Amino acid sequence: MSGYKHPASGILRLRAELLAQIRAFFAAREVLEVETPMLSAAATTDPHLTSFVTAYSGPGPRHAQTLYLHTSPEFPMKRLLAAGSGCIYQIARVFRDGEAGRRHNPEFTLLEWYRVGFDHHQLMQEVTDLVTELLADRLPLAEPEWLSYQDMFERQFGLNPHQATVAQLVIATEKRRISIPPGMPKENVDPWLDLLLTHCIEPGLGQGRLCFVYDYPASQAALARLQPDNPLVGERFELYLNGIELANGFHELGDAVEQRHRFTAENAARQAQGLPVMPIDENLLMALAEGLPDCAGVALGFDRLVMLAAGKETLAEVLAFPFDRA
Amino acid sequence: MATYSTNEFKGGLKIMLDGDPYTVVENEFVKPGKGQAFNRVKVRNLKTGRVIERTFKSGDTVEGADVVDVELQYLYNDGEYWHFMDPQSFEQVTADAAAVSDAAKWLKEEAICQVTLWNGVPLSVAAPNFVIMTIIETDPGLRGDTSGGGGKPATLETGAVVRVPLFVQSGEVIKVDTRTGEYVSRVKE
Repeated sequence: MSGYKHPASGILRLRAELLAQIRAFFAAREVLEVETPMLSAAATTDPHLTSFVTAYSGPGPRHAQTLYLHTSPEFPMKRLLAAGSGCIYQIARVFRDGEAGRRHNPEFTLLEWYRVGFDHHQLMQEVTDLVTELLADRLPLAEPEWLSYQDMFERQFGLNPHQATVAQLVIATEKRRISIPPGMPKENVDPWLDLLLTHCIEPGLGQGRLCFVYDYPASQAALARLQPDNPLVGERFELYLNGIELANGFHELGDAVEQRHRFTAENAARQAQGLPVMPIDENLLMALAEGLPDCAGVALGFDRLVMLAAGKETLAEVLAFPFDRA
Repeated sequence: MATYSTNEFKGGLKIMLDGDPYTVVENEFVKPGKGQAFNRVKVRNLKTGRVIERTFKSGDTVEGADVVDVELQYLYNDGEYWHFMDPQSFEQVTADAAAVSDAAKWLKEEAICQVTLWNGVPLSVAAPNFVIMTIIETDPGLRGDTSGGGGKPATLETGAVVRVPLFVQSGEVIKVDTRTGEYVSRVKE
Protein backbone atom coordinates (compact mmCIF):
# COMPACT_ATOMS: atom_id res chain seq x y z
CA MET A 1 0.00 0.00 0.00
CA SER A 2 3.06 2.26 0.04
CA GLY A 3 1.88 3.74 -3.26
CA TYR A 4 -0.89 5.45 -1.33
CA LYS A 5 1.44 7.12 1.15
CA HIS A 6 1.48 10.87 0.90
CA PRO A 7 2.95 13.61 3.05
CA ALA A 8 1.01 14.81 6.05
CA SER A 9 -1.94 16.91 4.98
CA GLY A 10 -0.04 19.84 6.54
CA ILE A 11 2.36 19.78 3.59
CA LEU A 12 -0.43 19.64 1.01
CA ARG A 13 -2.08 22.58 2.76
CA LEU A 14 1.22 24.51 2.81
CA ARG A 15 1.66 23.97 -0.94
CA ALA A 16 -1.85 25.20 -1.60
CA GLU A 17 -1.39 28.25 0.65
CA LEU A 18 1.88 29.21 -1.01
CA LEU A 19 0.35 28.87 -4.49
CA ALA A 20 -2.56 31.08 -3.42
CA GLN A 21 -0.13 33.66 -1.99
CA ILE A 22 1.89 33.67 -5.23
CA ARG A 23 -1.26 34.27 -7.29
CA ALA A 24 -2.34 37.10 -4.96
CA PHE A 25 1.15 38.66 -5.15
CA PHE A 26 1.08 38.81 -8.94
CA ALA A 27 -2.57 39.83 -9.13
CA ALA A 28 -1.75 42.84 -6.92
CA ARG A 29 1.12 43.75 -9.27
CA GLU A 30 -0.98 43.22 -12.38
CA VAL A 31 1.16 40.41 -13.74
CA LEU A 32 -0.96 38.09 -15.88
CA GLU A 33 -1.07 34.34 -15.25
CA VAL A 34 -0.59 32.34 -18.45
CA GLU A 35 -0.32 28.71 -19.52
CA THR A 36 1.77 27.51 -22.44
CA PRO A 37 2.28 24.06 -24.01
CA MET A 38 4.32 21.47 -22.13
CA LEU A 39 4.85 19.48 -25.33
CA SER A 40 6.80 21.04 -28.16
CA ALA A 41 8.42 20.00 -31.42
CA ALA A 42 11.41 22.11 -30.35
CA ALA A 43 13.52 21.62 -27.24
CA THR A 44 16.30 23.17 -25.22
CA THR A 45 19.74 22.79 -26.73
CA ASP A 46 21.51 23.22 -23.36
CA PRO A 47 23.94 20.27 -23.19
CA HIS A 48 23.35 20.02 -19.43
CA LEU A 49 19.60 19.51 -19.78
CA THR A 50 17.96 16.35 -21.07
CA SER A 51 14.39 16.56 -22.36
CA PHE A 52 11.96 13.68 -22.06
CA VAL A 53 11.01 12.56 -25.55
CA THR A 54 7.62 11.35 -26.66
CA ALA A 55 5.64 11.17 -29.92
CA TYR A 56 2.21 12.08 -31.20
CA SER A 57 0.31 9.50 -33.22
CA GLY A 58 -3.05 11.19 -33.90
CA PRO A 59 -4.34 13.21 -36.83
CA GLY A 60 -3.19 16.65 -37.90
CA PRO A 61 0.05 18.27 -39.01
CA ARG A 62 1.92 16.93 -35.97
CA HIS A 63 1.14 13.32 -36.96
CA ALA A 64 3.98 10.93 -36.12
CA GLN A 65 6.13 13.78 -34.89
CA THR A 66 8.67 13.56 -32.08
CA LEU A 67 7.71 15.88 -29.25
CA TYR A 68 9.63 17.04 -26.19
CA LEU A 69 8.34 17.77 -22.70
CA HIS A 70 9.52 21.26 -21.79
CA THR A 71 12.32 21.74 -19.26
CA SER A 72 11.01 25.28 -18.64
CA PRO A 73 8.23 27.38 -20.20
CA GLU A 74 10.74 30.05 -21.27
CA PHE A 75 10.47 29.86 -25.06
CA PRO A 76 6.67 30.10 -25.45
CA MET A 77 6.51 32.75 -22.70
CA LYS A 78 8.95 34.88 -24.67
CA ARG A 79 6.78 34.42 -27.74
CA LEU A 80 3.88 35.83 -25.71
CA LEU A 81 6.03 38.76 -24.59
CA ALA A 82 7.06 39.48 -28.19
CA ALA A 83 3.39 39.38 -29.14
CA GLY A 84 2.68 42.13 -26.61
CA SER A 85 1.37 40.19 -23.59
CA GLY A 86 2.99 42.56 -21.10
CA CYS A 87 4.21 41.16 -17.75
CA ILE A 88 3.32 37.49 -17.33
CA TYR A 89 3.84 34.59 -14.93
CA GLN A 90 3.27 30.86 -15.05
CA ILE A 91 3.21 28.06 -12.51
CA ALA A 92 4.27 25.12 -14.64
CA ARG A 93 5.14 21.49 -14.20
CA VAL A 94 8.46 20.93 -15.98
CA PHE A 95 10.40 17.79 -16.80
CA ARG A 96 14.13 17.05 -16.77
CA ASP A 97 15.41 13.60 -17.55
CA GLY A 98 18.37 12.32 -15.54
CA GLU A 99 17.93 14.63 -12.54
CA ALA A 100 17.06 12.84 -9.31
CA GLY A 101 18.35 13.25 -5.78
CA ARG A 102 17.55 14.86 -2.47
CA ARG A 103 17.05 18.24 -4.16
CA HIS A 104 16.00 17.04 -7.61
CA ASN A 105 12.87 15.34 -8.88
CA PRO A 106 12.65 14.68 -12.65
CA GLU A 107 9.25 16.40 -12.66
CA PHE A 108 8.81 19.58 -10.63
CA THR A 109 7.00 22.90 -10.39
CA LEU A 110 8.58 26.08 -11.70
CA LEU A 111 7.26 29.53 -11.01
CA GLU A 112 8.48 31.57 -13.95
CA TRP A 113 7.80 35.24 -14.53
CA TYR A 114 8.78 38.09 -16.83
CA ARG A 115 8.79 41.81 -16.12
CA VAL A 116 8.78 44.16 -19.06
CA GLY A 117 11.09 47.14 -18.55
CA PHE A 118 12.98 45.51 -15.65
CA ASP A 119 16.68 44.70 -15.67
CA HIS A 120 18.03 41.81 -13.60
CA HIS A 121 18.71 44.03 -10.58
CA GLN A 122 15.12 45.24 -10.44
CA LEU A 123 13.91 41.68 -10.81
CA MET A 124 16.15 40.49 -7.98
CA GLN A 125 14.41 43.08 -5.80
CA GLU A 126 11.02 41.68 -6.77
CA VAL A 127 12.20 38.12 -6.08
CA THR A 128 13.25 39.33 -2.62
CA ASP A 129 9.80 40.83 -2.04
CA LEU A 130 8.01 37.65 -3.10
CA VAL A 131 10.17 35.12 -1.27
CA THR A 132 10.27 37.25 1.88
CA GLU A 133 6.48 37.43 1.84
CA LEU A 134 6.11 33.70 1.22
CA LEU A 135 8.51 32.73 4.00
CA ALA A 136 7.26 35.28 6.55
CA ASP A 137 6.26 33.45 9.77
CA ARG A 138 7.67 30.25 8.27
CA LEU A 139 11.43 30.75 8.07
CA PRO A 140 13.11 33.75 9.70
CA LEU A 141 15.43 35.57 7.29
CA ALA A 142 18.26 38.03 7.88
CA GLU A 143 18.87 40.87 5.39
CA PRO A 144 19.59 39.60 1.85
CA GLU A 145 23.14 39.32 0.58
CA TRP A 146 24.26 40.39 -2.90
CA LEU A 147 27.37 38.88 -4.38
CA SER A 148 28.76 38.98 -7.89
CA TYR A 149 30.02 35.69 -9.31
CA GLN A 150 33.46 37.27 -9.35
CA ASP A 151 33.28 38.34 -5.67
CA MET A 152 32.17 34.86 -4.73
CA PHE A 153 35.20 33.16 -6.34
CA GLU A 154 37.64 35.84 -5.18
CA ARG A 155 36.40 35.52 -1.62
CA GLN A 156 36.75 31.72 -1.57
CA PHE A 157 39.74 31.06 -3.81
CA GLY A 158 41.40 34.42 -4.53
CA LEU A 159 40.71 33.80 -8.22
CA ASN A 160 39.00 35.96 -10.83
CA PRO A 161 36.64 33.47 -12.52
CA HIS A 162 36.49 35.55 -15.70
CA GLN A 163 40.24 35.24 -16.20
CA ALA A 164 41.22 32.03 -14.38
CA THR A 165 42.88 29.27 -16.40
CA VAL A 166 42.10 25.56 -16.12
CA ALA A 167 45.53 25.08 -14.48
CA GLN A 168 44.67 27.60 -11.72
CA LEU A 169 41.29 25.99 -11.15
CA VAL A 170 42.88 22.53 -10.91
CA ILE A 171 45.19 23.84 -8.18
CA ALA A 172 42.23 25.36 -6.30
CA THR A 173 40.39 22.02 -6.59
CA GLU A 174 43.37 20.05 -5.30
CA LYS A 175 43.88 22.47 -2.41
CA ARG A 176 40.33 21.75 -1.28
CA ARG A 177 40.98 18.01 -1.55
CA ILE A 178 38.13 17.50 -3.99
CA SER A 179 38.53 14.33 -6.00
CA ILE A 180 38.82 15.33 -9.64
CA PRO A 181 36.24 13.52 -11.78
CA PRO A 182 37.66 11.52 -14.68
CA GLY A 183 37.30 13.15 -18.09
CA MET A 184 37.35 16.81 -17.02
CA PRO A 185 38.22 19.00 -20.03
CA LYS A 186 41.59 20.70 -20.34
CA GLU A 187 40.40 23.68 -22.40
CA ASN A 188 36.99 24.55 -20.92
CA VAL A 189 36.94 26.31 -17.54
CA ASP A 190 33.19 26.05 -16.93
CA PRO A 191 33.02 22.45 -15.61
CA TRP A 192 35.87 23.35 -13.21
CA LEU A 193 34.00 26.43 -12.01
CA ASP A 194 30.91 24.23 -11.58
CA LEU A 195 32.95 21.67 -9.61
CA LEU A 196 34.23 24.31 -7.17
CA LEU A 197 30.81 25.94 -6.99
CA THR A 198 28.89 22.75 -6.16
CA HIS A 199 31.47 21.33 -3.75
CA CYS A 200 32.87 24.37 -1.93
CA ILE A 201 30.65 27.41 -2.41
CA GLU A 202 26.99 26.46 -2.80
CA PRO A 203 26.55 24.63 0.54
CA GLY A 204 27.50 27.82 2.40
CA LEU A 205 25.50 30.33 0.33
CA GLY A 206 22.56 32.16 1.90
CA GLN A 207 22.70 30.65 5.38
CA GLY A 208 19.62 32.12 7.05
CA ARG A 209 19.25 34.77 4.37
CA LEU A 210 18.57 35.17 0.68
CA CYS A 211 21.82 35.31 -1.27
CA PHE A 212 21.81 36.60 -4.82
CA VAL A 213 24.74 35.77 -7.05
CA TYR A 214 24.81 37.86 -10.22
CA ASP A 215 26.86 38.62 -13.34
CA TYR A 216 27.93 35.16 -14.49
CA PRO A 217 30.72 34.41 -16.97
CA ALA A 218 29.56 35.01 -20.55
CA SER A 219 30.07 31.29 -21.26
CA GLN A 220 27.37 30.58 -18.63
CA ALA A 221 25.04 33.39 -19.69
CA ALA A 222 22.53 30.88 -21.12
CA LEU A 223 19.67 33.13 -22.28
CA ALA A 224 20.92 36.33 -20.65
CA ARG A 225 22.26 39.35 -22.50
CA LEU A 226 25.91 40.29 -22.02
CA GLN A 227 26.89 43.46 -20.19
CA PRO A 228 27.09 46.25 -22.78
CA ASP A 229 30.44 47.51 -21.41
CA ASN A 230 31.87 44.10 -20.46
CA PRO A 231 31.14 41.20 -22.82
CA LEU A 232 32.93 38.79 -20.44
CA VAL A 233 29.90 39.00 -18.15
CA GLY A 234 26.33 37.81 -18.67
CA GLU A 235 23.44 39.56 -16.89
CA ARG A 236 22.26 36.43 -15.15
CA PHE A 237 21.55 35.80 -11.46
CA GLU A 238 20.88 32.93 -9.11
CA LEU A 239 19.17 32.95 -5.72
CA TYR A 240 20.34 30.71 -2.88
CA LEU A 241 18.85 30.10 0.55
CA ASN A 242 20.42 27.78 3.14
CA GLY A 243 22.78 26.44 0.49
CA ILE A 244 19.95 25.53 -1.86
CA GLU A 245 19.60 27.04 -5.31
CA LEU A 246 16.09 28.48 -5.53
CA ALA A 247 15.92 30.61 -8.67
CA ASN A 248 17.71 31.55 -11.86
CA GLY A 249 17.07 34.79 -13.73
CA PHE A 250 18.17 36.74 -16.77
CA HIS A 251 18.12 40.21 -18.19
CA GLU A 252 16.73 38.58 -21.29
CA LEU A 253 18.63 38.33 -24.54
CA GLY A 254 16.46 39.82 -27.28
CA ASP A 255 18.89 39.52 -30.18
CA ALA A 256 17.64 36.81 -32.56
CA VAL A 257 20.99 36.48 -34.35
CA GLU A 258 22.93 36.09 -31.12
CA GLN A 259 20.31 33.66 -29.81
CA ARG A 260 20.59 31.47 -32.95
CA HIS A 261 24.35 31.56 -32.58
CA ARG A 262 24.09 30.29 -28.96
CA PHE A 263 21.64 27.51 -29.89
CA THR A 264 23.94 26.40 -32.72
CA ALA A 265 26.99 26.47 -30.45
CA GLU A 266 25.16 24.40 -27.82
CA ASN A 267 24.13 21.85 -30.43
CA ALA A 268 27.76 21.67 -31.59
CA ALA A 269 28.81 21.03 -27.98
CA ARG A 270 26.14 18.31 -27.78
CA GLN A 271 27.48 16.70 -30.92
CA ALA A 272 31.05 16.81 -29.56
CA GLN A 273 29.87 15.07 -26.37
CA GLY A 274 27.95 12.42 -28.28
CA LEU A 275 24.58 13.84 -27.17
CA PRO A 276 21.61 14.13 -29.53
CA VAL A 277 21.29 17.42 -31.42
CA MET A 278 17.98 19.09 -30.50
CA PRO A 279 15.55 20.89 -32.83
CA ILE A 280 16.01 24.65 -32.38
CA ASP A 281 12.87 26.64 -31.54
CA GLU A 282 12.38 28.58 -34.79
CA ASN A 283 9.16 30.07 -33.43
CA LEU A 284 11.12 31.69 -30.62
CA LEU A 285 13.76 33.03 -33.03
CA MET A 286 11.03 34.47 -35.25
CA ALA A 287 9.44 36.16 -32.23
CA LEU A 288 12.80 37.61 -31.15
CA ALA A 289 13.37 38.89 -34.69
CA GLU A 290 10.03 40.66 -34.52
CA GLY A 291 11.12 42.24 -31.25
CA LEU A 292 11.18 41.14 -27.62
CA PRO A 293 10.41 44.03 -25.28
CA ASP A 294 13.25 44.84 -22.92
CA CYS A 295 12.56 42.53 -19.99
CA ALA A 296 13.96 40.37 -17.22
CA GLY A 297 12.71 36.91 -16.32
CA VAL A 298 13.25 34.40 -13.53
CA ALA A 299 12.36 30.78 -12.78
CA LEU A 300 11.94 29.72 -9.15
CA GLY A 301 11.82 26.11 -7.97
CA PHE A 302 8.51 25.99 -6.14
CA ASP A 303 9.05 22.57 -4.52
CA ARG A 304 12.36 23.69 -3.03
CA LEU A 305 10.65 26.77 -1.64
CA VAL A 306 8.00 24.53 -0.02
CA MET A 307 10.80 22.34 1.35
CA LEU A 308 12.48 25.36 2.97
CA ALA A 309 9.18 26.76 4.26
CA ALA A 310 8.36 23.38 5.79
CA GLY A 311 11.83 22.92 7.30
CA LYS A 312 12.33 19.67 5.37
CA GLU A 313 15.57 18.28 3.93
CA THR A 314 14.38 16.52 0.79
CA LEU A 315 11.99 17.27 -2.05
CA ALA A 316 10.39 13.86 -1.60
CA GLU A 317 8.97 15.07 1.71
CA VAL A 318 6.99 17.89 0.10
CA LEU A 319 5.68 16.19 -3.05
CA ALA A 320 2.31 14.42 -3.03
CA PHE A 321 4.08 11.49 -4.66
CA PRO A 322 7.81 11.59 -5.46
CA PHE A 323 9.11 10.19 -8.73
CA ASP A 324 9.87 6.67 -7.47
CA ARG A 325 6.24 6.30 -6.39
CA ALA A 326 4.67 8.29 -9.23
CA MET B 1 32.98 -7.07 -16.45
CA ALA B 2 30.01 -4.79 -16.82
CA THR B 3 30.30 -1.03 -16.59
CA TYR B 4 27.90 1.08 -14.55
CA SER B 5 26.71 4.62 -15.16
CA THR B 6 26.56 6.98 -12.17
CA ASN B 7 22.80 6.79 -12.68
CA GLU B 8 22.97 3.13 -11.59
CA PHE B 9 25.02 3.86 -8.45
CA LYS B 10 23.36 2.75 -5.25
CA GLY B 11 24.47 1.43 -1.89
CA GLY B 12 26.21 -1.93 -2.23
CA LEU B 13 27.21 -1.65 -5.90
CA LYS B 14 30.75 -2.99 -6.39
CA ILE B 15 33.01 -0.91 -8.63
CA MET B 16 36.70 -0.68 -9.54
CA LEU B 17 38.64 2.51 -8.72
CA ASP B 18 42.42 2.83 -9.16
CA GLY B 19 42.73 -0.95 -9.43
CA ASP B 20 40.98 -1.66 -6.12
CA PRO B 21 37.47 -3.01 -5.53
CA TYR B 22 35.08 -0.63 -3.78
CA THR B 23 31.49 -0.76 -2.64
CA VAL B 24 29.22 2.28 -3.02
CA VAL B 25 28.07 3.60 0.36
CA GLU B 26 26.28 6.80 -0.60
CA ASN B 27 25.55 8.64 -3.85
CA GLU B 28 24.53 12.30 -4.00
CA PHE B 29 23.47 14.11 -7.18
CA VAL B 30 24.56 17.77 -7.27
CA LYS B 31 23.98 20.27 -10.06
CA PRO B 32 24.45 24.01 -10.21
CA GLY B 33 21.51 26.04 -11.56
CA LYS B 34 22.83 25.70 -15.07
CA GLY B 35 25.82 23.59 -15.90
CA GLN B 36 27.66 20.38 -15.20
CA ALA B 37 25.96 17.86 -12.91
CA PHE B 38 28.10 15.71 -10.62
CA ASN B 39 27.68 12.66 -8.44
CA ARG B 40 29.44 12.90 -5.10
CA VAL B 41 29.93 9.32 -4.09
CA LYS B 42 31.14 7.78 -0.82
CA VAL B 43 32.83 4.45 -1.45
CA ARG B 44 34.42 1.84 0.83
CA ASN B 45 37.64 0.15 -0.21
CA LEU B 46 36.92 -3.57 0.14
CA LYS B 47 40.58 -4.34 0.85
CA THR B 48 41.26 -1.73 3.52
CA GLY B 49 37.75 -0.84 4.72
CA ARG B 50 38.56 2.88 4.30
CA VAL B 51 35.74 5.14 3.15
CA ILE B 52 36.64 7.91 0.70
CA GLU B 53 34.68 10.43 -1.35
CA ARG B 54 34.89 10.51 -5.13
CA THR B 55 33.22 12.84 -7.62
CA PHE B 56 32.06 11.84 -11.09
CA LYS B 57 30.48 13.78 -13.91
CA SER B 58 26.88 12.57 -13.96
CA GLY B 59 26.28 9.92 -16.56
CA ASP B 60 29.93 8.80 -16.70
CA THR B 61 30.59 5.09 -16.41
CA VAL B 62 32.83 3.06 -14.13
CA GLU B 63 33.96 -0.54 -14.43
CA GLY B 64 32.17 -2.95 -12.15
CA ALA B 65 34.18 -5.09 -9.71
CA ASP B 66 33.79 -8.87 -9.87
CA VAL B 67 33.02 -9.15 -6.17
CA VAL B 68 30.66 -11.83 -4.87
CA ASP B 69 29.74 -13.19 -1.45
CA VAL B 70 29.73 -16.99 -1.29
CA GLU B 71 29.17 -19.56 1.44
CA LEU B 72 32.27 -21.75 1.74
CA GLN B 73 33.29 -24.48 4.11
CA TYR B 74 36.48 -23.93 6.09
CA LEU B 75 38.85 -26.89 5.69
CA TYR B 76 42.18 -26.25 7.41
CA ASN B 77 45.04 -23.86 7.99
CA ASP B 78 48.46 -24.87 6.64
CA GLY B 79 50.35 -22.44 8.83
CA GLU B 80 50.23 -19.65 6.26
CA TYR B 81 46.95 -19.91 4.36
CA TRP B 82 43.39 -20.80 5.22
CA HIS B 83 41.77 -23.28 2.85
CA PHE B 84 38.06 -23.18 1.98
CA MET B 85 35.88 -25.34 -0.23
CA ASP B 86 32.65 -24.77 -2.11
CA PRO B 87 30.43 -27.57 -0.71
CA GLN B 88 28.59 -27.88 -4.04
CA SER B 89 31.42 -27.81 -6.59
CA PHE B 90 34.22 -28.95 -4.22
CA GLU B 91 36.32 -26.15 -5.72
CA GLN B 92 38.89 -24.88 -3.25
CA VAL B 93 40.24 -21.41 -2.58
CA THR B 94 42.94 -20.18 -0.22
CA ALA B 95 42.74 -17.01 1.84
CA ASP B 96 45.68 -15.10 3.27
CA ALA B 97 45.91 -13.55 6.73
CA ALA B 98 44.77 -10.14 5.45
CA ALA B 99 41.53 -11.63 4.17
CA VAL B 100 40.84 -13.85 7.17
CA SER B 101 41.88 -11.18 9.67
CA ASP B 102 39.88 -11.33 12.93
CA ALA B 103 37.76 -14.23 11.72
CA ALA B 104 40.75 -16.56 12.20
CA LYS B 105 40.16 -17.16 15.89
CA TRP B 106 36.58 -18.34 15.25
CA LEU B 107 37.33 -20.75 12.42
CA LYS B 108 36.65 -24.37 13.24
CA GLU B 109 37.03 -27.05 10.64
CA GLU B 110 33.92 -27.64 8.53
CA ALA B 111 32.34 -24.31 9.59
CA ILE B 112 30.36 -22.59 6.81
CA CYS B 113 31.65 -19.02 6.39
CA GLN B 114 30.68 -16.12 4.19
CA VAL B 115 33.67 -15.38 1.97
CA THR B 116 33.85 -12.29 -0.25
CA LEU B 117 35.64 -13.18 -3.48
CA TRP B 118 37.21 -10.63 -5.81
CA ASN B 119 38.09 -12.16 -9.17
CA GLY B 120 37.77 -15.53 -7.43
CA VAL B 121 40.25 -14.67 -4.64
CA PRO B 122 39.08 -14.15 -1.03
CA LEU B 123 39.00 -10.48 -0.01
CA SER B 124 37.46 -11.06 3.37
CA VAL B 125 36.08 -13.87 5.49
CA ALA B 126 33.23 -13.60 7.97
CA ALA B 127 32.97 -16.31 10.58
CA PRO B 128 29.50 -17.79 11.25
CA ASN B 129 27.54 -15.48 13.60
CA PHE B 130 27.44 -18.21 16.24
CA VAL B 131 30.02 -20.92 16.87
CA ILE B 132 29.97 -23.91 19.22
CA MET B 133 33.35 -24.59 20.84
CA THR B 134 34.96 -26.58 23.61
CA ILE B 135 36.72 -24.76 26.46
CA ILE B 136 40.25 -26.07 26.78
CA GLU B 137 41.27 -23.97 29.73
CA THR B 138 39.61 -21.83 32.40
CA ASP B 139 40.12 -21.33 36.14
CA PRO B 140 37.89 -23.57 38.24
CA GLY B 141 34.93 -21.48 39.31
CA LEU B 142 32.96 -21.64 42.53
CA ARG B 143 30.55 -24.52 42.60
CA GLY B 144 27.00 -23.30 43.03
CA ASP B 145 27.57 -19.93 41.41
CA THR B 146 24.91 -19.72 38.73
CA SER B 147 24.45 -16.00 38.65
CA GLY B 148 26.71 -15.42 35.67
CA GLY B 149 27.84 -12.16 37.22
CA GLY B 150 31.51 -11.31 37.10
CA GLY B 151 32.86 -14.02 34.86
CA LYS B 152 36.34 -15.22 33.98
CA PRO B 153 38.42 -15.72 30.85
CA ALA B 154 38.20 -19.06 29.04
CA THR B 155 40.41 -20.27 26.21
CA LEU B 156 38.62 -22.13 23.43
CA GLU B 157 39.86 -24.87 21.15
CA THR B 158 40.79 -22.37 18.40
CA GLY B 159 42.75 -20.21 20.84
CA ALA B 160 40.07 -17.53 21.12
CA VAL B 161 39.55 -16.16 24.62
CA VAL B 162 36.07 -15.22 25.80
CA ARG B 163 34.60 -14.24 29.16
CA VAL B 164 32.39 -16.95 30.58
CA PRO B 165 30.32 -17.18 33.82
CA LEU B 166 32.11 -18.57 36.85
CA PHE B 167 30.16 -21.85 36.80
CA VAL B 168 31.38 -22.86 33.35
CA GLN B 169 34.22 -25.36 33.47
CA SER B 170 37.06 -26.66 31.27
CA GLY B 171 35.91 -29.32 28.83
CA GLU B 172 32.42 -27.84 28.55
CA VAL B 173 30.98 -26.81 25.19
CA ILE B 174 29.68 -23.27 24.75
CA LYS B 175 27.97 -21.09 22.15
CA VAL B 176 29.65 -17.75 21.29
CA ASP B 177 28.44 -14.78 19.26
CA THR B 178 31.40 -14.02 16.97
CA ARG B 179 30.18 -10.51 16.14
CA THR B 180 30.55 -9.38 19.76
CA GLY B 181 32.90 -12.10 21.01
CA GLU B 182 30.47 -12.80 23.86
CA TYR B 183 29.44 -16.03 25.55
CA VAL B 184 25.82 -16.96 24.83
CA SER B 185 25.14 -20.26 26.63
CA ARG B 186 26.35 -23.71 27.51
CA VAL B 187 25.61 -26.43 24.98
CA LYS B 188 24.65 -29.90 26.17
CA GLU B 189 26.26 -32.58 24.07
